[in-house]
Amino acid sequence: MAAVKQTVDHVESLEKYKHGFVTDIEQDFAPKGLSTDIVRFISAKKNEPEWMLEYRLDAYERWLAMDEPEWAKVYFPRIDYQDSYYYAAPKEKTGPASLDEVDPDILATYAKLGIPLREQEVLAGVKGAPRYAVDAVFDSVSVVTTFKKELAEAGVIFCSMSEAIREHPELVKKYLSSVVPVSDNYYACLNAAVFSDGSFVYVPPGVRCPMELSTYFRINAENSGQFERTLIIADKGSYVSYLEGCTAPMRDENQLHAAVVELIILDDAEIKYSTVQNWYPGDPETGKGGIYNFVTKRADCRGDRAKVSWTQVETGSAITWKYPSCILRGESSVGEFYSIAITNGRQQADTGTKMIHLGANTRSRIISKGISAGRSSNTYRGLVSAHPKAKGARNFTQCDSLLIGKTCAAHTVPYVEARNSQCVFEHEATTTKLSEDQLFYAMQRGLSQEEAVQLLVNGFVKDVLQELPMEFAVEAQKLVAISLEGSVG
Amino acid sequence: MLSISNLHAEIDGKLILKGLTLDVPAGEVHAIMGPNGAGKSTLSYVLTGRQGYEVTEGTATLDGEDLLSLDPSERAARGVFLSFQYPLEIPGVPALTFIRTAMNAQRKARGEAEITAPEFLKLARATAASLKIDFEMLKRALNVGFSGGEKKRMEIFQMAMLSPRFLILDETDSGLDIDALKIVADGVNAMRSPDRAMLVITHYQRLLDYIKPDRVHVLAGGRIAESGGPELAHELEREGYDKYARAA
Repeated sequence: MAAVKQTVDHVESLEKYKHGFVTDIEQDFAPKGLSTDIVRFISAKKNEPEWMLEYRLDAYERWLAMDEPEWAKVYFPRIDYQDSYYYAAPKEKTGPASLDEVDPDILATYAKLGIPLREQEVLAGVKGAPRYAVDAVFDSVSVVTTFKKELAEAGVIFCSMSEAIREHPELVKKYLSSVVPVSDNYYACLNAAVFSDGSFVYVPPGVRCPMELSTYFRINAENSGQFERTLIIADKGSYVSYLEGCTAPMRDENQLHAAVVELIILDDAEIKYSTVQNWYPGDPETGKGGIYNFVTKRADCRGDRAKVSWTQVETGSAITWKYPSCILRGESSVGEFYSIAITNGRQQADTGTKMIHLGANTRSRIISKGISAGRSSNTYRGLVSAHPKAKGARNFTQCDSLLIGKTCAAHTVPYVEARNSQCVFEHEATTTKLSEDQLFYAMQRGLSQEEAVQLLVNGFVKDVLQELPMEFAVEAQKLVAISLEGSVG
Repeated sequence: MLSISNLHAEIDGKLILKGLTLDVPAGEVHAIMGPNGAGKSTLSYVLTGRQGYEVTEGTATLDGEDLLSLDPSERAARGVFLSFQYPLEIPGVPALTFIRTAMNAQRKARGEAEITAPEFLKLARATAASLKIDFEMLKRALNVGFSGGEKKRMEIFQMAMLSPRFLILDETDSGLDIDALKIVADGVNAMRSPDRAMLVITHYQRLLDYIKPDRVHVLAGGRIAESGGPELAHELEREGYDKYARAA
């Protein structure tokens, strides 16, 4: 098998983490550490109104009184919150520039990552190919948002969070923290105090958003955290599909990414939210470096027959702590969670969802596929609950774990609470090992070991991949393959 | 075609093949028979390069080229095919996808162009029809929920699609009823040709009524204990493997 081993080593050295480069540009930093002064500094940098500053200071006060959660099955040294920068931005004038004013180095960074920021480039693509608009967030600020004009014609607001606070304060005031309260949890509260940028989407009643929306998050600066805030509102009878992607340079120290995403879905509206998360996972041998991905994502199906669908492909980060959840408040509202979580090397993931059935005849569906390789640990943690009024609530949960090799671990921690007698919850779980027999079978037919692993893994995650928008499913499939390269051998 | 000389192989330190010598010339079908535990399946795994089967002595060549130093996929690309005794289930991967991926991997390894989708589908339809396989079944995950007979038929389908040069059939008759056995045998016989050779591993003589061998070998105690014509199979059927078991 010497030839196989050589190929594996070669591919590993080439592809280990291809987004790990650093862009060398001049940046503005807030002084290191965290204090009310820093909170004021961030707010001032963004020319925020007084009410926003008060919101932040209030959050900061509450955060000081809170403790870090310790119930997740992840282990890491205590974070020194004073040893990080809470604001890093490319040097430029305030406010989003037109594309021509954006630093060419930043444009080059996104080009290298394969993110189309020039509308004409998107348009010049294959005829009939779906187009999508991008909000590009570089460290703490949004550098550019594309297709704004065309979206505005449809009545859709798609802009950075900073811009939304200035231009659409009535919407922000009404919905911000209405799904994830300021002091919901330690990381969400920290986010409320220091969040820098993120995306804001509002789709008016009856409008079907004419294209996919996406945000591309890039952490570049050293010793900095990224605290983005995303707020999406789908008004009655509207529809929007949104995708976020994330990458970061390879660095030896850990970096914190503590985001909050809030989705509000009114009567008969639908949001489809997809994530392809590929933060730097740290060194696979030593476990050094990598992103701590401590994220709070929650959707509130506030209206009747509202529908939300979370799809996530989590391949990166040293530690993932993330539970995209659905509050099914409106009658007959629907929540879905499709997840692929892959851990390799020394990665740790504790991820899952919460389906909170409040309204009658609400339905939810959970399909989780966890893959562990190397010396990693992968935990599914999920809650399905039905409140007394949620008569006729239904849930179906399927949790599958795949183990590759002998030194990894998979855990499944489902919580189920039914507080009325008229709900039906189903839970199925499997744990399998990628078998030597299956690998040999595929290799006997002509596949190399790497190809055999890819084929088997793709078969395992197929149910979830097909939930992703077409153009991203292909990307995700490649990412799945790259994440597991060198995991057998 | 295939030439094996003084082959010794072990699993977990236990010697199973103890100096096996065998020649299968192109155009011929050879049957390997023998008692349980004689090393029949070990021989098929050693020839296909399964991990854990360690060759300690001897050689195996295909048309003069050393097989034993090649990876399993490299052997497959050179035309070595094993029809498994217990075909594996591949969840989430449709049979057609699996075979097309395998076919293109082999073609790539041989420096050939990939097969186009229309060409592939045309070939798959024709092959499925000849083996009386419902084409819809090929869109389902490979072997998942298939009956024993269906799985064996899928092995022959893959064999016909991949068109190998050297075929190893490991207990292909087990789990087949008489109708399925005939279909499978027809599929195998259709592949007989002057530039192919086959090794048919079986415990019972029954299969050899349908796939007529040129030579029959008895594998016992890790080596070829006796060789003969087709009549040897009938003799074994009557008298059993007792005398070889004692000899071993």
